[in-house]
Amino acid sequence: MSNKISETLTFECETGNYHTFCPISCVAWLYQKIEDSFFLVVGTKTCGYFLQNALGVMIFAEPRYAMAELEEGDISAQLNDYEELKRLCLQIKQDRNPSVIIWIGTCTTEIIKMDLEGMAPKLENELGIPIVVARANGLDYAFTQGEDTVLAAMAHRCPEQILLIDKKRVIQDSNIQNFFSFLSIEKKEETIHKNFEKLKKNPPLVLFGSLPSTVASQLSSELKRQSIQVSGWLPAQRYTDLPSLGDQVYVCGVNPFLSRTATTLMRRRKCKLIGAPFPIGPDGTRAWIEKICSVFGIKTEGLEKREEQIWKNLKDYLDLVRGKSVFFMGDNLLEISLARFLIRCGMIVYEIGIPYLDKRYQAAELLFLQNTCKKMSIPMPRIVEKPDNYNQIQRMRELQPDLAITGMAHANPLEARGINTKWSVEFTFAQIHGFTNARDVLELVTRPLRRNNNLENLGWSNLTKKEKKK
Amino acid sequence: MKLAYWMYAGPAHIGTLRVASSFKNVHAIMHAPLGDDYFNVMRSMLERERDFTPVTASIVDRHVLARGSQEKVVDNITRKDKEERPDLIVLTPTCTSSILQEDLQNFVNRASITSNSDVILADVNHYRVNELQAADRTLEQVVRYYLEKARRQGTLDQAITKEPSANILGIFTLGFHNQHDCRELKRLLQDLNIKVNKIIPEGGSVKDLQDLPKAWFNLVPYREIGLMTAIYLEKNFGMPYISITPMGIVDTAECIRQIQKHVNNLSSNKKFNYEPYIDQQTRFVSQAAWFSRSIDCQNLTGKKAVVFGDATHAASITRILAREMGIRVSCTGTYCKHDAEWFKEQVQGFCDEILITDDHTKVGDMIARVEPSAIFGTQMERHIGKRLDIPCGVISSPVHIQNFPLGYRPFLGYEGTNQIADLVYNSFTLGMEDHLLEIFGGHDTKEVITKSLSTDTDLTWNQESQLELNKIPGFVRGKIKRNTEKFARQNNITNITVEIMYAAKEALSA
Repeated sequence: MSNKISETLTFECETGNYHTFCPISCVAWLYQKIEDSFFLVVGTKTCGYFLQNALGVMIFAEPRYAMAELEEGDISAQLNDYEELKRLCLQIKQDRNPSVIIWIGTCTTEIIKMDLEGMAPKLENELGIPIVVARANGLDYAFTQGEDTVLAAMAHRCPEQILLIDKKRVIQDSNIQNFFSFLSIEKKEETIHKNFEKLKKNPPLVLFGSLPSTVASQLSSELKRQSIQVSGWLPAQRYTDLPSLGDQVYVCGVNPFLSRTATTLMRRRKCKLIGAPFPIGPDGTRAWIEKICSVFGIKTEGLEKREEQIWKNLKDYLDLVRGKSVFFMGDNLLEISLARFLIRCGMIVYEIGIPYLDKRYQAAELLFLQNTCKKMSIPMPRIVEKPDNYNQIQRMRELQPDLAITGMAHANPLEARGINTKWSVEFTFAQIHGFTNARDVLELVTRPLRRNNNLENLGWSNLTKKEKKK
Repeated sequence: MKLAYWMYAGPAHIGTLRVASSFKNVHAIMHAPLGDDYFNVMRSMLERERDFTPVTASIVDRHVLARGSQEKVVDNITRKDKEERPDLIVLTPTCTSSILQEDLQNFVNRASITSNSDVILADVNHYRVNELQAADRTLEQVVRYYLEKARRQGTLDQAITKEPSANILGIFTLGFHNQHDCRELKRLLQDLNIKVNKIIPEGGSVKDLQDLPKAWFNLVPYREIGLMTAIYLEKNFGMPYISITPMGIVDTAECIRQIQKHVNNLSSNKKFNYEPYIDQQTRFVSQAAWFSRSIDCQNLTGKKAVVFGDATHAASITRILAREMGIRVSCTGTYCKHDAEWFKEQVQGFCDEILITDDHTKVGDMIARVEPSAIFGTQMERHIGKRLDIPCGVISSPVHIQNFPLGYRPFLGYEGTNQIADLVYNSFTLGMEDHLLEIFGGHDTKEVITKSLSTDTDLTWNQESQLELNKIPGFVRGKIKRNTEKFARQNNITNITVEIMYAAKEALSA
């Protein structure tokens, strides 16, 4: 085995025998993000058991998601899919009254070729609630890509952008004024005019990717400082607030796993995609803002100083990580951005495992990674798509990295063998975007290092019995 | 189709994997799509397992869907054979692969030609059996495979051991307190001068399975897993088995008497009498019998309780509460629908009503209706109890990580009776204390002096920032508020906006 580290980015592809979460896990964070939604996962006990085990306690908080558990009669087509789904959705409507029901297709619906997309519009008419269909199955996707399939499906439901305030609307407004005569016409027109003025500053910009509302407003206000107005987010806090899209709208992603959504926005909704590195780490955030500003022809203000300030605040953590090595086993597609940030922090990255790499959608991020390596004069890491966990563990045995970023299936066994680990899943759920949260990323990365500083001299870092000679 | 939020027992393949990975040096390969290997996460996190879980997936993806697995499964089996050199590889179908209807048996046949390991296909139907039934079936399948193999090869030695000995069947990974129960059972058998022949599947080697018939009898502590194996061994090797769960004082004694009966049947010269041991343990070693006479337990008389769990634990706990502690069990139930008859028979006369369901909302409704003083159930009942403000002791799977304690907590045997007494008593007293507190209005009657540094005079939070502050989880909100105000004061800012909040976070977190 060669562990030589090359001078340019190298891309490899292994067997795809790796551990990751099923993409249906996206309901865990999406149902919380989209407050008026209900997620119905059409699948088997296997899917349900995964959700209840992976999402732990959340199930007990009366979640707005459920399984439509397929039984033998559904598989053998003795029952009518449409009638069955109708029965369940009626019950959901009655119990929860959501603004949208999202059907998550699974492996089983793929294999038995259940026509969810065909049934949804019909049932939608009958039920009077929008039904969005996303195929987030383990046959095609990994973990966070589940969100990608849901957002791509939702992009079709965003209203059409009407850029210029057309006459119709003004007339409508004056119609309203007939009812509410206490509002003076002049005032109403004035506000419209004002909004229009604001819009003129930059064309409408819609950001896509699901983030906790605090993080979303942090990023929006970062852009506002550069006097860029964010006209909407996909997804919004409520389904009824989905942003308008159209050929005048610029879109930009905040997460690296949203390539289908990006494609849908470009091809189907004719939006203009801004390809930028992702706002993870202060370096990424700055590059992200700069790219958006440059597209709008705006000169950035005070960004450099701001980035510097953030780095200065991170000093204590940077001292801990500098010179340490990392190995990404790969499972959530955040790996490239995180690796780039950690390299900028002074770490050495041996390997970036990643389930799937869209080189076009991630182009800016990849270039940024390359430049960061050059800038820090650190050899380029190897990028391994569809990794093979068994091989990775062999490589790790040889390389003995200071930190392995890995799924929970491998974390404890690696720790028992003296390799520090951080669960990759935490990066999916923690707040890692923007300047403000840079510290949170390092908090996660350094936690095993800090913990082990405390335990260092106790002499029990390797806790397995002698490995059998094979 | 069924609208389901939560389930008590997992899908079939989980049961198979639990049995397979409990054996030493057995590897399971799942025929499954990406992401179905979360069993590894459960085992590594809940059991805090130090070793890599010997389960991998032969991934079913788009290509497999279009063209079939072809060589993939066979390649994966032979590859694992070379890498890990397991004694046995269990090919495990999942719900996905059972719809694909590929001829997995054919893959197994082909792979067993090229590999050194034995290879078998787990024989479970995903749409008919659950986790527990599948585990029971898989254990029987593995035992049968190796005994028949030994018989064919003529290496099967059916002579029983000189001294009385026993097999313990059904101790395995992710089982509720199984490790502790196993230790307690070993201790019990040792006290009775009975050798432990084999414990399966946990830690057992498949190579040793041919020695199973050497034991005098089989002990099956849990109803759910091991019974099929015991019945197979009885039918084919004439081995008696004991399926009375030694949980609680009465049942432990009953179990020991059964052991005595079987041992004396087989022993030609010596007769064993365990009655003095039972008496000694009951009255003086275990504290539970004394506890049930003590005035503490008197206070529990007639208190209402609800029990729910797997068949073994729910039945045993019901009998302990009713028979040994004088607590009134208003309702008892199990999610093991396949074993409903047995369960009803066991709890007959020990409870007011019986509930057989795997729908947790029905259990919740029942608890709300009965309003017991305490619940003994699974993690789900614990959460129901939290919502209804009723204390709950966890007595059965499904469980969380806190039900894999590091300390010694058996439910079986005489030490088990102590543990159960503690659990029951603590659940009730906590409930009582809570109740009294409510009546008398809490521990602190004086108003708490605020610990907050902020005074509301000189700083104003605008509406947006107040909203933002309210979004922050309660337990850190106070800290964020203080830090922001501290930052504002340092910078002579009087009007706090959202931007100031973020700036404060950046500045002060350093």
